[in-house]
Parts: sequence; C-alpha cells; structure tokens
Amino acid sequence: MRLSPDEIIFWQYGFVKLNATIVFTWALMLVLVISAFWITRKLSAGITPDSAVQESKPRSRWHNLLEIIVTSLEKQIQDVGLTHPRPYLGFLGTLFLFVAAASISTIIPGYEPPTGSLSTTVALALCVFIAVPLFGILNQGLGSYLVSYAQPSVIMLPFNIISEVSRTLALAVRLFGNMMSGAMIIAILLAITPFIFPVVMTLLGLLTGMVQAYIFFILAAVYIAAATRSREVPTQAAMPKKAVK
Amino acid sequence: MAIDWFTVGAQILNFLILVWLLKRFLYQPILEAIDAREKRIADALKSADTIQRTAQQAHDEFAQKNAEFDMEKQTLLQQAKAAADTERASLIAAAREQADALSVTLQQTLAREQHAIHIALQNLASDEVFAIARNVLTDLAGVSLEQCITETFIAKLDTIDGDNKRDFINAMSGDKQHIRVYSAFELEPTQKTALSVAINTLFSADVQLQFETAAGVVSGITLKNNGQQISWSIDEYLATLKNSVHKLLRAREDKSVAGQVAKTAIAP
Repeated sequence: MRLSPDEIIFWQYGFVKLNATIVFTWALMLVLVISAFWITRKLSAGITPDSAVQESKPRSRWHNLLEIIVTSLEKQIQDVGLTHPRPYLGFLGTLFLFVAAASISTIIPGYEPPTGSLSTTVALALCVFIAVPLFGILNQGLGSYLVSYAQPSVIMLPFNIISEVSRTLALAVRLFGNMMSGAMIIAILLAITPFIFPVVMTLLGLLTGMVQAYIFFILAAVYIAAATRSREVPTQAAMPKKAVK
Repeated sequence: MAIDWFTVGAQILNFLILVWLLKRFLYQPILEAIDAREKRIADALKSADTIQRTAQQAHDEFAQKNAEFDMEKQTLLQQAKAAADTERASLIAAAREQADALSVTLQQTLAREQHAIHIALQNLASDEVFAIARNVLTDLAGVSLEQCITETFIAKLDTIDGDNKRDFINAMSGDKQHIRVYSAFELEPTQKTALSVAINTLFSADVQLQFETAAGVVSGITLKNNGQQISWSIDEYLATLKNSVHKLLRAREDKSVAGQVAKTAIAP
C-alpha cells in the first residue's frame, strides 16, 4: 500500500525524479494560475456587479468569487493581528489556496493530493519556518527580532528555539497526517465497501481538507503575527482603509 | 514514508513560483480592482458630497433670494398701495372740490338766473300794471277829467316854490312868446283862459301861451320854455310810483343776493 504519492515515480535520472507529488503540484499550479489569469485578464472596476450603466462592462461572477476569496483571506489575516495584511497576503493566501485546491481536487478520480506527501508538507512547513523569521526581521530588524527569542528572559531562548522548530514539525506532520489519512481511509473503504460509503467519506475528506487548509493558513498567519507583533501596534493612522472602515 | 528531500526542494521551489504567479495574476489585479473601485466610490461619494453641498448652497441662496424677493415685493406692494391710497384720496379731494366748485357755480348761476327771471317778471309785472293803469286812465280821460287836471295844474302852479319859480322866470324872460302848454286832449277855451290867467298871475307877466296836444302826456299838462318845464300828470305819478317800486325791488334783490353769498360761504 502506498502511503505517499512520492512513491509514484514517472521519470528518474539519478536523484532527480519526477514523481506524482511534483506532477500533481504542477497540475494544481497550472489550474490555479490559468484560472486566475483567465478571470483577472479583463477586470472591471465597476461599483456594482451589474453596473452596466456606470462602467463599460459588468463584473463577472468568477471575478466576484475571487474578490470574495481574496478579501476573506485579507480579513482573516487582519483578524489574526496583522493590521497591514497586504504584504503577507501573497504567501499566506497561496498556502491556503494551494492546500485547499489540493484537498478539493481529491474528488477527481485518480488524483493524488500533493499534500498527502510528507515531502510537500515538510516543504510548506519549511517555507513557513523560513518566512516567519524573514517577515519578523523585515518588520522589526535583525537585532530586534533576535532579541525577541530571549524574551521575556534569556532562559527562554532554548525553549523559544525548540518551539520554533517543533511547531514547524507539527505543521508538517499535522497536514500530512490529515491528508494522508483521508486518502488512506478512502482507499481502504473503496476496497471494503465500494459505492456509497466512500462517497460520504470523500465528502468528509473534503471538509477535513478545507479545515486543514484553514488551520495551516491560520497557524502560519499566527506565527508571522507573533514574530511581527512587537512592531505592529494598531493605531488609527497606521491602520489600513479596511480596518478603519 | 521517508522524506524525499529532492521533492521537498522541488515543492519549495514550486510553492515559491506559485506564490509569485498568484501574486502576479491573482492578488495584484484583484486588489488593484478593489482599490480602484474603492477610490471610485470615494470619488463618487466626494463628488456627490460636493454636488450636494453645492446644491444645498444653491438651495440656500435661492431660498434667501426668494425671501428677499418676497420681502421686496411686499414692501413695493405696500408702497404702491400707500401711494395709490394717497393718490385716491387726493383725487377724491380734488374731485370733491371741483364738484363743490361746480355745485357752487351751478347754484350761483341758478340763483342768478332765478333772480334775473324774478327781476324780469317783476319789471314786466310792474310795467304791465303801469301800462294797464295808463291805458285805463287814458280810456277814462274825458272833458271832466281834463277840467279836473287843469284845475289841479293851476293849483300846482300856486304851490310851486321859489327856486323853481325863479328858474322858470329867468328862462322865460328872453322869449315870452314861446311858452308851450302840452296836453293829451285839446283844452277847452275856458280852460285855456284859466291857465293863462293862472300863469300870468304866477309870473306876473303877460305871457302868450301856445297850446298843443301831445300823445305822450297822460292825463296831464306840461308847461315848457327853453328847457325848463312845469308839469303835472298822472303819468308822472305813475313814473314816481314805478321808481319807488323798482327801488324797493332792487333793495330786496340786493338783500337776497347777499343772503345766498353768505349761504355759499358757510356751505362746506
């Protein structure tokens, strides 16, 4: 029994290999990027969705969907504590969209979610692991960020470092475990009780995948917010327009 | 379930590429569209606010102008009304004065005409009365009347006073032959003689009288010489009476005119 799509290797040259994880990741990337490009190629700044009078063309429903997704992500990031969500939207939003798209695509027969690979989840967790201090340093400066590891006292320095590493590991393992278990359960159920029950479990798996995507996104946002919080004091003047409104 | 580090690296690279691509094709266009829309909404709100403020300002200005116009209209109306009232009052006063003047003039004219008619009637009546009396006396004249007249004339000659008598004598002294005696009828010889005697006695001279008849002498005798005359006739009485009557009427007329003028002066 395969536990990871890494084991499906389409092509290999030395240590360079083209496995299912990479292929399905590329497929997801293509779908996401092409969809985004197709929807956003002719955007309208119309005030209302059917503002044919005020604008030259109305907004499409896909445009509205994308706006809902983007503004929701922005709002979530802001709610976590990052009062200026725009700089983090690219990284955090892509995390959510990638994991969510990988989970939703499990309804496609023959599809293997890349997030079911520990390599992918480790890669994403490493990205978060690098992004958190990077955003922290960009926000606070190197010295200030490093000092934050010794807060509230120097004794806490090793614990903070351990916490940093362990949460990255936890991120990776949590996402991998959930996604892998979902795929495993469906595969086992298909072998035991085909037809109806696996459909229900697939639906449950979709829900679980969405929840995991949200958890991964929120945890990453929380870590980044924690790393940048010392500088991110919300003031009336510094708050973005949305927050002010 | 081992971690394939090549896959890990590839996935990190894939993820970073995906981040860049989604930033380029998803977040940036969507956020720009949202920002553009928000800016457009803000501009529209600002423009609407400006328009509303302008409209409010125009409304306020219009309301103020309207109020001023109403006030000015009221003032002008009041002034026009006051001027019209004044003009009306002055016109009415002028018309009343004119009417009063016309009325007074009319009353005076009427009074004058009435008075003139009255006077004319009175004169006509008196003239008629005297004409009737003259006619009656003329009709009644006869011998006996002529006799009486002659006697009466002789009696008058006796009563003539000194001045008249002296004037007549002076007038007569130059031409004593041209003393004429006029009567309505031819006198009887006895009457002529009586008259001659009486006159000669009066003037103490021998006077030759020329007796003539005159239609204008009514029941009387007239003695004339060189512009001097002594006469007695009923016509003379009538003339005296007529003069008296006319004097009396004139006095009454003057009194009535004075009374009317006083009434006119008192009347508003």
